[in-house]
Amino acid sequence: MTLNAKNIALFAIIGVIFILTGFAKGPNAALYLLNLGLISAILALGVNLQWGLAGLLNVGVMGFVALGALATVLISMPPTVEAMAAGGLRVVVALITGALVIIATVMTSKRMKPGKKRTFTILGLLIGGFFLYRFLFDPAVAAIEAVNPAGTGYLGGLGLPVLVAWPVGGLLAAGAAWVIGKTALGLRSDYLAVATLGIAEIIIAVLKNEDWLSRGVKNVVGIPRPVPYEVDLQASDTFIANAASLGFDNPVVASTIFVKLCYTGLFLTVLVILMWLSQKALNSPWGRMMRAIRDNEVAAEAMGKDVTKRHLQIFVLGSAICGVAGAMWATMDSTLIPTSYNPLRFTFLIWVMVIIGGSGNNWGAILGGFSILLLWDWGEQLGLWMMQALTFPLAEGVWLKDHLIHNAPHMRLLMIGVVLLLILRFSPRGLIPEE
Amino acid sequence: MDILNAFIALANFVLIPAISYGSQLALGALGVTLIYGILRFSNFAHGDTMAFGAMCTILVTWLFQSWGISFGPLPTALLALPFGILGAIAMLLATDRVIYKFYREQKAKPVIFLIVSLGVMFVMNGVVRFIIGPDDQRFSDGARFIMKARDFKQMTGLSEGLAFKTSQGITIVTAVVVVALLFWFLNKTRTGKSMRAYSDNEDLALLSGINPERVVTITWIIVAALATIAGVLYGLDKGFKPFTYFQLLLPIFASAIVGGLGNPLGAIAGGFVIAFSEVTITYAFKKVLGYLMPEGLEPSSLVQLLSTDYKFAVSFTILIIVLLFRPTGLFKGKSL
Repeated sequence: MTLNAKNIALFAIIGVIFILTGFAKGPNAALYLLNLGLISAILALGVNLQWGLAGLLNVGVMGFVALGALATVLISMPPTVEAMAAGGLRVVVALITGALVIIATVMTSKRMKPGKKRTFTILGLLIGGFFLYRFLFDPAVAAIEAVNPAGTGYLGGLGLPVLVAWPVGGLLAAGAAWVIGKTALGLRSDYLAVATLGIAEIIIAVLKNEDWLSRGVKNVVGIPRPVPYEVDLQASDTFIANAASLGFDNPVVASTIFVKLCYTGLFLTVLVILMWLSQKALNSPWGRMMRAIRDNEVAAEAMGKDVTKRHLQIFVLGSAICGVAGAMWATMDSTLIPTSYNPLRFTFLIWVMVIIGGSGNNWGAILGGFSILLLWDWGEQLGLWMMQALTFPLAEGVWLKDHLIHNAPHMRLLMIGVVLLLILRFSPRGLIPEE
Repeated sequence: MDILNAFIALANFVLIPAISYGSQLALGALGVTLIYGILRFSNFAHGDTMAFGAMCTILVTWLFQSWGISFGPLPTALLALPFGILGAIAMLLATDRVIYKFYREQKAKPVIFLIVSLGVMFVMNGVVRFIIGPDDQRFSDGARFIMKARDFKQMTGLSEGLAFKTSQGITIVTAVVVVALLFWFLNKTRTGKSMRAYSDNEDLALLSGINPERVVTITWIIVAALATIAGVLYGLDKGFKPFTYFQLLLPIFASAIVGGLGNPLGAIAGGFVIAFSEVTITYAFKKVLGYLMPEGLEPSSLVQLLSTDYKFAVSFTILIIVLLFRPTGLFKGKSL
C-alpha cells in the first residue's frame, strides 16, 4: 500500500468510528467489535487471496469457518471417556471404511477402462460400501449419543489447549477445500461457486445433525479459553491492585476489558503474521505468476504453468485462512452453535468486504473487513434512525409507521447491497485499488 | 393387494411429493438457465427474485381476502398471481435498467455480473424482509385436499391411503401449462426464435438485425413470470419464508447445471432428477418394503438411506457426479 493521504485517512476514519462506538456503546462492546473486526480482516485476507490474486469464486466461506469452529471443539473440549469407550473406536473404523470405499471408487474409475464393467464395479463398490459403513456407523453413534445426552452425548475433544485448534482448524478447512478444488477447479468459474455454496451447506448440515461429533443443535458451550476468566481475575488481589493503579476502580469492568484486550493481542498477532505472509506472497515470483494466470490463463498455460494445480494450491491456502479465522471466532465466543451459521453473514458479507476494500490488495481487504463490519454492526441502528426520520411526519400509532419502524433492522441487508452496488459501479477497484 | 398397497404408499410419500417438488425446481431452474443462455451469467439473486414475486402475490392475496374475494376451492393466490408477476417484472426490469445494463454496455466479464447479482441479492433480500418480515407466512386458502387419505381408503378398500393436496395438483397442472407455453413461445414465435438465435450466437444474431435490448427485456419478463410462479407454488406447498427461498438456490442451480446450463429442456429434466433423488434417498422405505417382503422378513429399521436434513447433500452429490463425468450436463448445455 502506498502511504498516501487518502489511505491513511481511510484507516483513520475507521479508527475514529471505533472510538465513537466506544463512547456510544461502552468500551466492552467496542473491544468486542474490534476483535470481530480483526477476525473479519483475516477472513477477508483469505478470500482476497483466492479472488484478488487468482480470480477464484469461493462462496463457501461459511463452511470453512464452521470447520474451524469444529476444530476448537475437537481439540480443546474434555474427552467424554465413557462415550469414547462405548463407540469411539467403531466410529473411527466406520469413517476410515467410508474413506477407503471412496478412494477405491476413485481408483477404479481411473484404472479401469470405461464401459459397462466399470460402471457396475463402481456401483457395486458404492452400494456395498455404503451398507458396510452404515452397519459399522449406526450402532456406534447410538451408543455414543446414549451416554448422558443432556450433558454430553458426544465424543468430546482431546482436551488440548485451544490455541492448538487454530492451525488444526486451518488444516480441516484445507482438507475440505482440497476435495472440492480437485473436483470443481478446471471447470467453468461459476461451477466452483455453486460447488462451494453446496459444500458449505453440507458442512453446516453435518454439524447440525451429527450429534456424536458436535452435539448438533444442542450446541457446545464453554469451550476452554486461551485467556484468563473474568471471575478468576476479580478474585485475584494482584489484578485488582494493578487495575486500581491504572485508574480502574471497578474490578468487573477492568476484568472484562482485560480479557477482551488479551484476545485483541492474540488476534492481532495472527493478523500481522498472515498479513506479512500475504504481502510476501503477493510480491514474490509466485504472486506475480498467480496474477499472470488470473489475467490471462491461456498465455500462462503457454508459458508452461499448470493453471489447475496453481488454482488448487491457492484455493486450499485461502480456505485454510478462513478455517483459522473460524477457529478464532469460536474461541472468542467459547461456543459452537451450528444454527448460527448463515450464508449471508458468513459468506457473502466477507465477499462484500473484499470487493469494497479493493480486490487484489491486502490492505484493502483489511480496511474492507473493518469498515463493513462496522456498517453491519451499526446497520440496524442506522436503519432505525432512517425510518424514524422518514416517518417523522406520520402520527403515532399509524399502521404504516409501526410497520416501518418494527422492520427497520432489516434495512441493513439492503444497505450492504446498495453499498456493494455503488462501489462496483463507481469505484470497481475498491477503496484501496490493487497496485 | 400388498403390491397395490406398496405402490400407493410409494405414490403417496415419494412419487407425488417428488413430482410437485420437481415441477417447482424445474420452473426455478428454467429461470436460471434462461438468464444464463441470454445474459450469460449465473444469477445468484434468483432465489430472492422468487421470494420477491411470491411476496407481491401474498400481499395482493391478503388484499383480496380482506375484500372477501375468493376463488372457490382453489387458493386465492392464483387470482393474485398475475399481479405478483407484474410486481416481479417491474422489479427485474428496474434492476436491469439501473444496474445490469451498465455492465452489459461495458461488456463486463460473467464473473463481474455474478458479483453484481450478489449485490442485487442483498438488496432484494433486504426489501423482502423489510416489507413482509423474516417469519413464516401462511397464505393458502380454499380446499386443502383434492383427495383425502381416508376417502381414498373408503373408496378403494385398500389399507394404504393416498392423499393428494390441492397445492400439489395446482403445481403439476400449472407447471405443465407454463412449460408448454414457454416452449411454444421459444420454438414457434418470431420473438422466441430471435431469443434462441441470440443465445446460440450473439454476433450472428446482431448481424441479422435482432435488437439485443429487446431480447434482454423479454428474457427478464419471462424470468420474472417463471420465478414468481415457482415461488408461489413452492409457498402454497410448503409455506413462505424468505430464508428458505434463498436456500433453494442450491437445488435450483444443481438442476440447471445437471440438465445443462442454458438448455431449457435440460433444466426441466434436471429439476426432476434432483427432486426424485432428494425425496427417494431421504424417504424411509420401511412401509413399502413391509408390504413387498414376505412375512417375517420385513425390515426392522427405517430403511432410510439418509436423514431428511441431508437433502442438500443429495443435490450436491448429483451435481458433483455430473460435473465429474459430464461437465456440460445431461442435455448439452453451454460449456463456456
